[in-house]
Amino acid sequence: MKIPYYPGCTLKTTAKPFEDTTKAVSEAVGIELIEMPRWNCCGTVYSLASDDLMHQLAPIRNLIRVQDMGYDRVTTLCSMCYNTLEQANQLVKSDPEKLEKMNSFMDQEEDYTGGVTVVHYLTVLKEMGFDSLPVKNPLKGLTVVPYYGCLLLRPEEISIDNPERPTVMAELLTSLGATVVDYPYKLECCGSYHTVNHKEVVCEKTYHILSSARKRGAEAVVLSCPLCEFNLDFRQKDLEQELAPMPILYFSQLLAISLGLFDALEFDQHYVDPKPLLKEKGLLR
Amino acid sequence: MTDTIKTRMIKVYIMGKEYDVPEGLTIMKAMEYAGYRFIRGAGCRAGFCGACGTIFRKKDEYKFKTALACQTPAEDGMYLTELPFVPANKAEYELEELASGPNIIVSLYPEIARCVSCNTCTKACPQDLQVMDYIQASLRGDIEQAAELSFDCLQCGLCAARCPADIVHYHVGQLARRLYGKFILPKSLHLKERNDEIEAGVFDQEMENLTTMDLDQLKKSYIERDIEK
Ligand code: SF4
Ligand code: SF4
Ligand code: FES
Repeated sequence: MKIPYYPGCTLKTTAKPFEDTTKAVSEAVGIELIEMPRWNCCGTVYSLASDDLMHQLAPIRNLIRVQDMGYDRVTTLCSMCYNTLEQANQLVKSDPEKLEKMNSFMDQEEDYTGGVTVVHYLTVLKEMGFDSLPVKNPLKGLTVVPYYGCLLLRPEEISIDNPERPTVMAELLTSLGATVVDYPYKLECCGSYHTVNHKEVVCEKTYHILSSARKRGAEAVVLSCPLCEFNLDFRQKDLEQELAPMPILYFSQLLAISLGLFDALEFDQHYVDPKPLLKEKGLLR
Repeated sequence: MTDTIKTRMIKVYIMGKEYDVPEGLTIMKAMEYAGYRFIRGAGCRAGFCGACGTIFRKKDEYKFKTALACQTPAEDGMYLTELPFVPANKAEYELEELASGPNIIVSLYPEIARCVSCNTCTKACPQDLQVMDYIQASLRGDIEQAAELSFDCLQCGLCAARCPADIVHYHVGQLARRLYGKFILPKSLHLKERNDEIEAGVFDQEMENLTTMDLDQLKKSYIERDIEK
């Protein structure tokens, strides 16, 4: 399967391991990611002001680039990029007047026709069927929880799964051989950009999410968002309460391990080093 | 009887006042013809220095235009103005002390994160550069692409004058090119060798001979020099 891939800025910088493992996994399972030759920042966060079209230009311009490539779908990894791109997409699809105004502003581009759909990479995998993944190194004995946060599921119109009771990551992780446990905080917001000016807000969230996961027996938390990763991982450094270090992993890192793609792994950009846990379980070479 | 070639005159409006100027002049020359004198805002007059970035509109066209005044012909019905200089702050850094990391450009020019991808900068560029794309490349730490896309920048400042996010594109591009040259481009080894030779004094005698030669000798040795084939 061929699909254009929108990377987003973080995947090229602080979340490079997320991208590298996904590329290796894609190659192994026959998904041909065609990295977009030209793209800009997704817009970083969806603008909720209904009359502020300036902040919709960035996401829509990216969709024009996909259209220029001759495709009607594009996939992305970062939950934030997914959310911003698809929300903007739905805004202009449902409001032709806004679309027309934006097209006339972007007069050096082809008009956007509204014909592109943004699909998260988890959805691409799900369409292929998790059962078809060539698992060589099952995640036996590893107990994990998925963490969705907000951006994959809210608002409902762009949700990649049931927004109240999502199962997609649990299904994926189960098919990789991991033991998945449930806990009440999988949909909780991580505090998002409060991490810049109000890190205490994020610390509180992080503590609740991780301690709850720990109580249910989780040994690692699995997610799909570089900002959630930063908050749940690096904010452990600033917690006031005692909490045993909890490794935070991108789903693609566990996918790469289970498919035996060890060369693609890189754990330098984590605060809590996941390697001791993974070694203890005999999952790393 | 002598034939005089009659120059066609065109009408331009400078700072709101109408002038007749001969057709075929550049915007800069047309303004000088009308009596304006450029003490600043003009340099090479050849499209290289970027000093003469200017703005104009044409009668009955809604588009706001930008150009190099020394390169763009004045046309009938143009609204011209004195050439703007674009004030811009430049980050202070010691290139030697910078490390090449993904967030280096955005840490020195944090305002690039405000870019909304409106592409106004690209439309303003008289060099037809993909200005928005080089800002976006800088934002995501792609120094190589930022350096390549901004390579032909003349620092005219028109992009910065138009940007709604107050970004100073040309300084960002310049930093990208400096980082590219310092950390990414392969080092030229022969340059280092030659520098070492110079420092070791290998050419001192030859230099001494040249600087003390009398003129005739100098001419003779110039004519008889080895010319690389
Ligand atoms: S990038 Fe900006 S400063 Fe450089 S030539 Fe273009 S408009 Fe002028
Ligand atoms: S004009 Fe400014 S905000 Fe618009 S694309 Fe260029 S850098 Fe970004
Ligand atoms: S005066 Fe130097 S570019 Fe016009």
